[in-house]
Order: sequence, then C-alpha cells, then structure tokens
Amino acid sequence: MSEKLLEVKNLKTSFRIKDDYYAAVDDVSLSVNKNEVLAIVGESGCGKSALAFSIMGLHNRAKIEGNILFKDQDIANLSISNLNKLRGKNMGMIFQDPLTALNPLMEIGDQIGEALLLHNKDLSKTKRKEKVIDLLNKVGIPRPEHVYEQFPHELSGGMRQRVVIATAIANEPELLIADEPTTALDVTIQSQILDLIKELKDDMDAGIILITHDLGVVAEMADRVAVMYAGQIVEIADVHTLFEKPLHPYTRSLFNSVPNTAQAKSKLHVIQGIVPSLQNLPREGCRFSARIPWIDASAHEEHPELHEVSSGHFVRCTCYKHFDFPEGSSKEEQHHGIS
Amino acid sequence: MIDMWKFTLRRILIMIPQIILLSILIFILAKMMPGDALTGMIDPNVSPERLEELREKLGWNDPWHIQYADWVGGLVQGDFGQSFRFKMPVTELIGERIVNSFWLSVATLIFTYLIAIPLGILSGRYNDSLLDQTITGYTYLGFATPLFIFALVMLWVFGFMLGWFPTSGSVSPGSEPGTFAYVMSKINHLILPAIAMALIATVNTVQYLRSEIIDTKQKDFILTARAKGASESRVYNRHILRNSLLPIAAFFGYEITFLIGGTIFVETIYNYPGMGLLFFESITLRDYSVVTAVVLLFGVAAILGALLSDIILSLVDPRIRIK
Ligand SMILES: Nc1ncnc2c1ncn2[C@@H]1O[C@H](COP(=O)(O)OP(=O)(O)O)[C@@H](O)[C@H]1O
Ligand code: SF4
Ligand SMILES: [Mg+2]
Repeated sequence: MSEKLLEVKNLKTSFRIKDDYYAAVDDVSLSVNKNEVLAIVGESGCGKSALAFSIMGLHNRAKIEGNILFKDQDIANLSISNLNKLRGKNMGMIFQDPLTALNPLMEIGDQIGEALLLHNKDLSKTKRKEKVIDLLNKVGIPRPEHVYEQFPHELSGGMRQRVVIATAIANEPELLIADEPTTALDVTIQSQILDLIKELKDDMDAGIILITHDLGVVAEMADRVAVMYAGQIVEIADVHTLFEKPLHPYTRSLFNSVPNTAQAKSKLHVIQGIVPSLQNLPREGCRFSARIPWIDASAHEEHPELHEVSSGHFVRCTCYKHFDFPEGSSKEEQHHGIS
Repeated sequence: MIDMWKFTLRRILIMIPQIILLSILIFILAKMMPGDALTGMIDPNVSPERLEELREKLGWNDPWHIQYADWVGGLVQGDFGQSFRFKMPVTELIGERIVNSFWLSVATLIFTYLIAIPLGILSGRYNDSLLDQTITGYTYLGFATPLFIFALVMLWVFGFMLGWFPTSGSVSPGSEPGTFAYVMSKINHLILPAIAMALIATVNTVQYLRSEIIDTKQKDFILTARAKGASESRVYNRHILRNSLLPIAAFFGYEITFLIGGTIFVETIYNYPGMGLLFFESITLRDYSVVTAVVLLFGVAAILGALLSDIILSLVDPRIRIK
C-alpha cells in the first residue's frame, strides 16, 4: 500500500460575512498518498481554493473545523510559527495567476532564494545562489544567471509560472498543491507547465493536489479525482472509474459540458443556474438539487452522505440510482425517465 | 543603471518646457494685475507726468514680448527686479527668506513622515482594530481642521499660554550667526510652525499609507511569501512595507505643493520671515516684482518636487526604470 501523506477529515472552512459564518468548504474528507496526483475539479466558486488555502493555513480570518493530518500531525489550527516550519519546506503551493504571485519589487533570484533561506539559515549566499540557478534550470528557464537578476515584469506569464514552481519546489516538498496552475496561461504554455509538474512529481516522489476545472488536464495528470460542488465533495474515485462510470449527476454534467464529448448541444441534460454564492446556499437538503429542477423533488435525498459504491469510489447520495442517465439523453427524456 | 540615467536625463529635459510655460503664465498674470507698484506706493504729490516718465524709463510701456525677454534675461542672471517697498533688489530680499523657508519645509517634512509612517503602518496592519479607528479618527479631524486655525491655536497654547516656544521671527535678536546658540535658536523658532503644519499635512499620508498597506496585504504575492514559510514580521518588512511605501514616494511631489500653500499661512501666523510671509506681505502691498519672483520660485519648487518624486520612484521601482 502506498504511504498516506495527507488526510483531511470532515473539514469545514467558514468565513464570517456580517455576523454569520458561511461554509465555503463543508465536510470535506480526502487523502493524498506519496507520488500520487489527486485532482480536484469543480466550477469556479465551489471552494477549491478555499480548500487548498485551508490545508496551507493561508486563510487569515476563517473558522477551520475538522482535521488536516499531514504525516499524522494535525495542522488544521496550527500556530503560524509552527506552520511556517512546514510551509515552503514540506509543503509547497503553486498559485493560479503567475502575474500577481510574484513580488514586483524583488529580483527573481531573491524570491526563490527566500524559500531556501527561510528553511536553511546556514546556507551561504553563494551556495544559495547556486541552488537557485539549479532550480531555474530544473524548471526549464533559459539563461538562469540572467533571469536571476530580473524582475517579474520582465518575464512572460509562462516564465513567471516556472519561477513560482521553482519557489514551491525549492525545498523538495512532500506535498505540492497546484491551484489551477495553468488557467491563466496560453494553451501551448499550459501543456508545457503540466509536463513540468509531472516531471517534477516523478522526480521528487511528492504527493500532488492538482486543482483544475479542465477535465483534459485531469485525464492527463490525475491518479484520483475528487469532484466538488458548492463546498462539498460529491464524488471521488480513481481516474478510470470516474471517467468510465461517473455516478453523481453533477459529475455527469461536467463530462457533458466538455465540448468535444457533447455531440449536440441540444442533447445535453442542462444543469441550470450557477453555483450559488456562499450566503445563498440552501441551508438544508441537498445543495445540488436546485440545479436539476427537471428531476422530481421527491427523488432527492434529504441529507445526502458520501457512500462507498465500490472500493475507493464514493458518491454523495444514493438517489442517483433512481435516475437513469442514458448517454446524451435530453432533459425531457430524463424527466420522463424518473416519473 | 544606464536606464536609470537615461530616465533621469529625460525627466530633467521635460522640466525645461514646464518651466518656460510657468514663466509665461506668471508673466501674463503679473501684467494682468490691476495697477502697478507706482500706483499706490508713491507720494501722492508726484505728478502723473512724472509717473508716466518713470514707467517709460522702467520699460513698462514696451511691447509685451520685449518686456518678457527683458524679464527672463534678468531672471537668468539672478535679477528679479527691485522691490518697491523694501527699496532693494528682490534677489537680496529673497536670499535669507528662502533659506528660512527651506529649513521650515525640511523640518515639516521630517515631522510629517515621522508621524505618518508609524501611524499609517499601524493603522493598515491592524485595520479595523480600535487602534486603527483612533488613528483614522485623527485623520478625519485633521482633514476637517483648517490649517490656519490649527496653527493659531498651537501658537496660542504653546507660544503664548505655555511660553514653550517663541511666537515670532526665525531667530532670537542678537544671536551671533555661526554660534551654537544661533543654530539652537533657529531650530527653536521653527519647531512650532513645523509641527503645526506637519500635524495637518500628515493626515493625507497616513490615510494613503493605510490604504496602500491594506491593499498590499491582499495581494497574491503576499500569499506566496506566506506559503514559503515567511514569518509575519518578514512578510511585513520584506513584502508589504516596501510595496506600500513606494506610492508614498510618488506622493512626495504633492507634499511639496502642500508645503508651499502651508508656508503662506503658517509663516504669516508665526511671523516667520520666509517666502510665505514675503508672499503674503507683497500681495497686500502690491509689491508685484516680489510677488512674481516668489510665485515663480514656488512653481519651480513644485516642479522640482515632482522631479524628485519621479527619481526616487524610479530608484525603488524597477518597473518604471525600464520604460
Ligand atoms: N476570504 C473569503 N471571505 C469570504 N468569502 C470567501 C473568501 N474566500 C472565498 N470565499 C467564497 O467562498 C467560495 C469559494 O471560493 P473559492 O474557494 O475561491 O472557489 P474556487 O477556487 O473553487 O473558484 C466563493 O463563494 C467565494 O466567494
Ligand atoms: S439529493 Fe442526490 S440526486 Fe438529488 S441533487 Fe442531491 S445528490 Fe443529486
Ligand atoms: Mg480558485
């Protein structure tokens, strides 16, 4: 069995808005093993970043409940100073937008070097520079000596993302969280960056949480996939199972909204509306039911739980059994199917 | 570094048309002012013919471009004309006052930043705390208080009632220039006006710095720094402060402009012999050659302030250097 690196148990992350707390992450449980890529997919606003930030301890005014076990140590509410011993060393993070993720006033070399300096005070200045140059080479940046002294605005988006990656992997972290690392980049650059991440993963034997809303990326990179909707995981399985036998209606809708799998737009079972904002989430009942109004209200579960349907394949709610979702069926047909 | 020099050179070249434009504007304004120094100041027994003769002799009846050329020609040689009230060259009149105003401005700037930087940082770092609310309260009060009223109150309380500071002049009469006592007396004379001005001037900078810090705190690269494992103090010192103080450097030029306005009130109230007081007196006495000279110098100071701002900014902001 592979070694468990991270285990998140019943995580709930709530933000205070006016005088109330609203959960952006609700009852999320997942685990990541060494040398494994767990992809997290879901629409924008479903809480993917909130989840990643909770693991990294980057929320400054959120209520975090549940457990985040990193190598058996609960880091869910660890003090900043203890957290800082892990962040940047044992766990690294790659952010979505490389244009804003770097300090505009600091030389590239210093920004990467800072990650080294913070976790190894004894490293001499020359040694540190050598290591930074090595890192720049490793992430595929040409003329590293020159780039070392450049400022972020002098580099392209793709190059900046390589710098961000170099910073994240400077201390060879065991866990790497990549929050939509290619969303802000051109398509051609995207695949280069993904290849790089894959290469580094094999190199470092790290566990990776890859957040994305691109199923193509998932297919290419992931070992396992968790699908999130409105702060909750609605389905989690290994990548083959999920692609071959998606069960939750939301997962199915994700597959159907990928343009090349949809033969004809009119034939999609259309998921209505958008992810509700935090304050507008239904307080009880299933968070998703409102988006498939063509399904009979009585068919929904009151408190959908995650059920293990086969080894390692969890689906929130069992009511999917009541629905027959023939491939490419229209919503009218479906409605007909359940009633 | 080469970029840096290019930038500075280009920036200095931009000043030339600015200053020419300024001089033309001031010249036109001076010509448009009603009457001239001869109108009110001279013995009423002097006949109008004699006045006309004087005007002719002074070149005041020449076409405007000749007058302008004469005026600029004089300026370039440091000749600002004659003050009718003081019966001496304007250049001589300005000499000592400009030095007084310079030191008053320097002292004000020092006090301004001494107050603004810590208050702005505290207010921004602990935003929405009681401390922040107190500091913000002070800035609102500062915005609402006219400088001349505040300066008067300060003068009354610390000058007259408590007697801690002198109430007029720039140095005690009888002090020997060059002695330690002379320097101390000079400093003693400018502390109160400088603090009065700084306490009002600083509120802009406090608010500006506060909002810059609150803004920078939420930037993505701060998350990157935290994700690297940087401690809170390092995050503040290395990442937030540098990036927030940068726009303050850009604000410096504006500060100079405020100072120029401020010295007019404060020097008048504290009877401090500087450019502001000279300006006020010359306006009321229609000593126009002095007024034009002072306005011109104020304008040049504002332009230089903006230049200084830009140079400081280009030194600290790599993004500007390249452009
Ligand atoms: N600091 C915060 N305060 C309040 N609400 C937040 C905060 N961060 C995120 N949210 C809300 O939480 C929800 C999830 O956001 P996020 O995790 O950024 O989504 P995703 O990364 O999946 O696009 C959104 O509704 C967002 O508005
Ligand atoms: S109750 Fe079950 S079937 Fe109904 S929307 Fe929720 S998850 Fe889907
Ligand atoms: Mg996100």
